[in-house]
Amino acid sequence: MIADGIEDEEKWLAEGIAGIQHNAFYMHRALDANNLREALKYSAHMLSELRTSKLSPHKYYDLYMRAFDELRRLEIFFKDESRHGVSIVDLYELVQHAGNILPRLYLLCTVGSVYIRSKEAPVRDVLKDLVEMCRGVQHPIRGLFLRSYLSQVSRDKLPDIGSEYEGDADSVMDSVEFVLQNFTEMNKLWVRLQHQGPGQIREKREKERNELRDLVGKNLHLLSQIEGVDLEMYKDTVLPRVLEQVVNCKDELAQFYLMECIIQVFPDEYHLQTLETLLGACPQLQPTVDIRTVLSQLMERLSNYAASSTDVLPEFLQVEAFTKLSSAIGRVIEAQVDMPIVGAIALQVSLLTFTLRVHPDRLDYVDQVLGACVKKLSDKPKLDDKRATKQVVALLSAPLDKYNDIVTALTLSNYPRVMDHLDNETNKVMAMVIIQSVMKNNTCISTADKVEVLFELIKGLIKDSDGTDLDEVKLITCDVDEEDFNEEQNSVARLIHMLHNNDPEEMVKIICTVKKHIMSGGPRRLPFTVPSLVFSALRLIRQLQGQDGDVVGEDVPATPKKIFQLLNETIEALSSVPSPELALRLYLQCAEAANDCDLEPVAYEFFTQAFVLYEEEIADSKAQVTAIHLIIGMLQRMNVFGVENRDTLTHKATGYSAKLLKKPDQCRAVYACSHLFWVDDQDGIKDGERVLLCLKRALRIANAAQQMANVTRGSSGPVTLFVEILNKYLYYFEKGNPHITSATIQGLLELINTEIQSPTSDAFFASTLRYIQFQKQKGGILGEKYDSIKVHWERQCTSAMTLLYNFFGFF
Amino acid sequence: MVLVLALGDLHIPHRAHDLPAKFKSMLVPGKIQHIICTGNLCIKEVHDYLKTLCPDLHITRGEYDEETKYPETKTLTIGQFKLGLCHGHQVIPWGDLDSLAMLQRQLDVDILITGHTHQFTAYKHEGGVVINPGSATGAYSSITYEVNPSFVLMDIDGLRVVVYVYELIDGEVKVDKIDFKKTSSTHPAH
Repeated sequence: MIADGIEDEEKWLAEGIAGIQHNAFYMHRALDANNLREALKYSAHMLSELRTSKLSPHKYYDLYMRAFDELRRLEIFFKDESRHGVSIVDLYELVQHAGNILPRLYLLCTVGSVYIRSKEAPVRDVLKDLVEMCRGVQHPIRGLFLRSYLSQVSRDKLPDIGSEYEGDADSVMDSVEFVLQNFTEMNKLWVRLQHQGPGQIREKREKERNELRDLVGKNLHLLSQIEGVDLEMYKDTVLPRVLEQVVNCKDELAQFYLMECIIQVFPDEYHLQTLETLLGACPQLQPTVDIRTVLSQLMERLSNYAASSTDVLPEFLQVEAFTKLSSAIGRVIEAQVDMPIVGAIALQVSLLTFTLRVHPDRLDYVDQVLGACVKKLSDKPKLDDKRATKQVVALLSAPLDKYNDIVTALTLSNYPRVMDHLDNETNKVMAMVIIQSVMKNNTCISTADKVEVLFELIKGLIKDSDGTDLDEVKLITCDVDEEDFNEEQNSVARLIHMLHNNDPEEMVKIICTVKKHIMSGGPRRLPFTVPSLVFSALRLIRQLQGQDGDVVGEDVPATPKKIFQLLNETIEALSSVPSPELALRLYLQCAEAANDCDLEPVAYEFFTQAFVLYEEEIADSKAQVTAIHLIIGMLQRMNVFGVENRDTLTHKATGYSAKLLKKPDQCRAVYACSHLFWVDDQDGIKDGERVLLCLKRALRIANAAQQMANVTRGSSGPVTLFVEILNKYLYYFEKGNPHITSATIQGLLELINTEIQSPTSDAFFASTLRYIQFQKQKGGILGEKYDSIKVHWERQCTSAMTLLYNFFGFF
Repeated sequence: MVLVLALGDLHIPHRAHDLPAKFKSMLVPGKIQHIICTGNLCIKEVHDYLKTLCPDLHITRGEYDEETKYPETKTLTIGQFKLGLCHGHQVIPWGDLDSLAMLQRQLDVDILITGHTHQFTAYKHEGGVVINPGSATGAYSSITYEVNPSFVLMDIDGLRVVVYVYELIDGEVKVDKIDFKKTSSTHPAH
């Protein structure tokens, strides 16, 4: 059926065109013969084709354009009185005899245009007459095109400043009056079009109607082009009259289009100066009008205008543009009761964008916009509309993007209040955006107050909301969530390094604030956040340590001792999570920091804590190996301890080393312990005897390991452990430990030689032998020491010898 | 000519929020053939970032690494050089050259790269080189005060390696160069 309809329309259009062409042909002949009567007759016939009601606007336009072209020729003929011999005044009368109203009015407009040009009558009278006469056609499509024709033929003849048609009686006002009247009538016709035509579906009709909108809009364009329409006339006449029509037509399509049109065609300056009037119309529009787009466009234009030159900024302030826009938006939201939250927030986003661009220095404006959003959101504790949520995120992100500085956002009192309305997930996303903004801009947050506000903003990441453990359940079931969670917590950990002040007192406050917040994070979060806090505090301690010349009283919070206290509590929380391995490492770090501060009891306490964790919490054998090496390595560096404390700790360390699960691990830890008795500093401990005891013990363990390997594998294992111990012997030998003699080293070399087939079969042993050779050849005191040690390469078979010759040139 | 980036002890996020921006802008994908990282990255994001710079990434485990699969030591051969990699917390006393030399003998390598002390060092030692690239983020260290962020770029060409050390001092990147020639092919490729 629809296909039929289109085919029919094509047919009707073709017939119409044929009719126009046919009559145009005879009209041309009459024009060639200068026969006015015939010309009028055939042109009227031709124009009768435009009386059709069967065509859609699109097709009708096609037909109209053909007639329009023919009318141009007719107009040329009319202009030349010598060709038809009738005065223009008479001609104006004559054409009114045409039988049908539509052809009659087209002809009248055509002659009218010539009449105005002739200046034989006041322009205003002719224009007024024409625009009144056109009322005779009330069919929407026919009327719209007729008036469009009138507008077309008269546009270059409107009285305007400096135009030839401006005279004593004819003023700009007449032009404005004429265009406004034509506009009003056209808009009425256009609005009525929706009730027109056969039972077409509404959607299609609105689409067709939309195609005609520019016919109406052209009038506004025309108004904007009239030179004489200055700000005053625009303010007093044009805008009020146009808006009156816009409001009164009560048509959604027309209102939206015309508001857009007004904003686009008239200058920015006019908008700024008539903001009140223009905005005043907004709440009066139909509730379905997309007022957001209209206002957004207006604000977009105004902010571009503001950006164009700094000279115009005072104008914005003078007219209180922001206040007017803000209250207009408020009124619109109030008037359009059914406006969804997303629409209201989107409007505020546009306003925020406007103020960020025009008044970047006015943070109070930004906060005001956020406040308006809080008010709008106040009915609901949490937003559940996805699109509205997106707008809120846009709202909250805009100031961050603009200022590139979270510290600015921290001063906005309504910022956290808006965030509170986001659902938990989005709240976290927004918190991440905030953290990323800090990172990206390398923003340092330097006061405890600001840190407090910041943590308030990102609290969604800091602790579980309302103590629910639902997240946790979800976490176990979903890997993706765990990845997200890790990423979030790592971001918080990174953030902690951005909270910094060089003033120790403020820094202590910052650390206390951070501690307070992260301690509420629960067992899942602490392992992520505690290390950052600990190292942040350790950095402060080091800073204080550098200024220990200052006299510090008891009331001063920023003393290393007090910070160590805080650290102890913090790490303790971590160890009970439990996250013993991490806690142990942090205790050791604190112990060394306390050592550097010369606080023996504190250092001892931290070491004790580390040992307790080692004993009670660290069960995995691999983890034990690493932990014991860290303990030995750290203890080796400590110089704060007196003999007694030191003995207790070294005794424990060696004891645990010998108790590791695997023999090789035992062996390595025990020989590492030898360094606890030999510190290669000026005042370091040098207890050669106990070093030797450790090394001997390591040898016994290595031997036991070797025997165990013999039993289980039926062959001796690698000699690596022996070579490692040999290297330790060499180390102390070189350091001048009197208990390590060349004889013991020689013995160890023999021992290893008996265990292996050839020195080269073990790369480590071979490189150790090479090292001994190297030291022997180097000469000097060390070379002499090495002199008595014999390296038995030659004991090996010839083929090995040959190889050795090839590899090392020094034989 | 092969470019090898050596770095370690980033300690992100425990001790630093990120690599210095100046380093990040210098480290661009496609220029480096191998990355060797001594450990303590500490999180996956950092691993992924390094991977974007160069897919051939070798890592040993630092005591703070969340990834437990990194080995304690690793050796690899690049051109004529055998390289050994270890974080260094296992070598006691920490940062002690003689003890590191023992590890160098144990791994039987020309170039040993370790970390842990956060202090850039490069020693020619017994016909080999022992390098510590320092901490790429300048992370706090109990061992070293006033840590400057640093990393090392090695240009390996035949028997010659040029070690460039990049150090960020008061916001400026300073470059130092150490030249090392291997006297002879003491360790033939097996």
